[in-house]
Amino acid sequence: MKKYNLNHLRELEAESIYVLREVAAQFERPALLFSGGKDSIILVHLSVKAFWPAKIPFPLVHIDTGHNFEETIIFRDELCRKLGAQLIVGSVQESIDEGKVVEENGYNASRNLLQTTTLLDTIERHKFDVAIGGGRRDEEKARAKERFFSHRDEFGQWDPKNQRPELWNIFNGRKNMGEHFRVFPISNWTEMDVWQYIYMENIDIPSLYYTHERDVFLRDGVWLYDAPFMTKKPDEKVERIKVRCRTIGDISCTGLTISMADSLEDIIQEIAATRITERGGRADDMRSEAAMEDRKKEGYF
Amino acid sequence: MMEEKEFSSKAYLDMELLRFTTAGSVDDGKSTLIGRLLYDSKSIFEDQLEAVKKASIKKGNEAMDLSLLTDGLRAEREQGITIDVAYRYFATPKRKFIIADTPGHVQYTRNMVTGASTANAAIILIDARNGITEQSHRHTFIASLLQIPHIVVCVNKMDLVNYEEESYEKIKADFQAFAAKLAVKDVRFVPISALKGDNVVKKSTNMSWYEGGTLMYILENIHISSDHNHIDARFPVQYVIRPQRDEYHDFRGYAGRVAGGTFKVGDKVMVLPSGFTTTIKSIINHTKELEEAFPPMSVTITLEDDIDISRGDMIVKENNIPRIGQDIDIMMCWMSEKPMRLNGKYALKHTTADARCLIKDVKYKVDVNTLGKILDDKNIGLNEIARISLRTTKPLFYDSYRQNRKTGAVILIDEADNTTVGVGMII
Repeated sequence: MKKYNLNHLRELEAESIYVLREVAAQFERPALLFSGGKDSIILVHLSVKAFWPAKIPFPLVHIDTGHNFEETIIFRDELCRKLGAQLIVGSVQESIDEGKVVEENGYNASRNLLQTTTLLDTIERHKFDVAIGGGRRDEEKARAKERFFSHRDEFGQWDPKNQRPELWNIFNGRKNMGEHFRVFPISNWTEMDVWQYIYMENIDIPSLYYTHERDVFLRDGVWLYDAPFMTKKPDEKVERIKVRCRTIGDISCTGLTISMADSLEDIIQEIAATRITERGGRADDMRSEAAMEDRKKEGYF
Repeated sequence: MMEEKEFSSKAYLDMELLRFTTAGSVDDGKSTLIGRLLYDSKSIFEDQLEAVKKASIKKGNEAMDLSLLTDGLRAEREQGITIDVAYRYFATPKRKFIIADTPGHVQYTRNMVTGASTANAAIILIDARNGITEQSHRHTFIASLLQIPHIVVCVNKMDLVNYEEESYEKIKADFQAFAAKLAVKDVRFVPISALKGDNVVKKSTNMSWYEGGTLMYILENIHISSDHNHIDARFPVQYVIRPQRDEYHDFRGYAGRVAGGTFKVGDKVMVLPSGFTTTIKSIINHTKELEEAFPPMSVTITLEDDIDISRGDMIVKENNIPRIGQDIDIMMCWMSEKPMRLNGKYALKHTTADARCLIKDVKYKVDVNTLGKILDDKNIGLNEIARISLRTTKPLFYDSYRQNRKTGAVILIDEADNTTVGVGMII
């Protein structure tokens, strides 16, 4: 590396750490949205770096659909224990039981959309004034227009046509009572950056990202895990094959990739050769061209 | 191509980051150019291409409309316009790139300004048939106003002028004459056809008279490490770290991002506004102790002496302090539909400091098309650029924007609705 020159990953790291510190400085009650996926794991890692040797000055919030991979939950609890971080769980099952949302029926039923209500309720109940998320602009085209500091009105809604201009590295987190912010510190990272950073920093990730045998079935070209609550069509038959997760979300919408990758090096080679975006396997995005934009407007992650 | 050869993590980790902005309208072939850069660098995925193909057919287009890749919002797709800044990412084996793609219409000056604020380079597209237009003037002016260090003028649609050298040379000469009036440091020219792919990623065989590199070659090789100010040491304190743990009981660290110059362990430093001097005890990044820190690193600094320091203060070198004052002149771009209030008060943000300010005077307004000064009009509305005098409630520690884009920038916030209404470059 040339003198007085950072490589691009270190520059992205510095940018993200700067954003996280702005959050801690500008807000009263921040929360970090933790899904157990690689992006939120990186957020936690960056937060540890940003405030070291102090502890992370905000709790981790997990919106639990009740349809999570078991490995995700184990990983989550272990990480919180190691860091001594506070964990707050918002339960979608509770929102269903309280009658706030109605469970979808049918083959493509997913609790993904229901998360929005639970998320907004959790934010309100704990009076969080900012929720830090792992969204990246390269993931999806509505996300490409997202700010680092994204304002939400008192209903938690995003108004994409009326976003605050964001210049240089000056972030405007001012708001009225009842409003909140979503902040995306790794906005400028790509999927490859995330994997290279995990590799460079030797960060622990859930075993789901590595190849493993699993009972799966094929639907609309996407391999899904045959969890007990999944409703299969008559012609969908279960196979046991070697797969891995490229993204981790709710089981009902997480497409699995057939893969033999059992190390970070293998995963990186695989990503480099892949011709499909990581959200290509996400059933939640395939609902319509503006699926992500619509969910985000209502207050989704 | 990546799938043919083993992907190298080592090479990936060595890459630098270049941020550039593209301003222009669909007519200039901007979307085609971006599409070409992404496509030829293998950064478009199959499912994205599929989605664009489907959407193009739905809209009744025969050819694939690559602008659909960047138009992320429903309204943009429906109206066929770009409303907002869209960020696109791609990498070659040499560099990683972030494109801030901004619309070029006159009413979207604010988006161009936004995209330009963090860019190392600006691509200015000129249609070879039309030559320099008012829009080219506007784009170049904004690039110079925001002090984008490098400008690459792409003379596009060379295929439509038979790849003639004369058309290119004429535009080049016209541009140089115009740019001489502006503060632009590094201007390069490249004749291209984004549609046919000439000189974008691959060297054109149609323009043997052109001896320079392709656009991609230029983007990969522009020298960017000197884009930061490495002379004037500036460390705006962002956050004070005081661990509530026994083993770090006396630890007090000042977290922030180096905005200029270098800081080394053992350096004598001065803290503003108090003026106290002390020595740097350590510079840390997580568990690593560093010898020195430079822009754009985020670090935590500890000092030998116990001094009262809080967010908004600035650590500098005793022999090189920034300007300190409450009466500040800025070039301002107005970003709000609500017009600026002369003699109005606004909240102001500068580095990590918060203050309030009073707009005392409009010295002149700039006609962004002719660059002429308008002296008799003090009404400033959306997308207008003007020289403004401010009075702040407390002293700021600042440099001119020309010297330092971090310590020379401010934003103005409407205190009634908290929106960012103005952005300023300190003169």
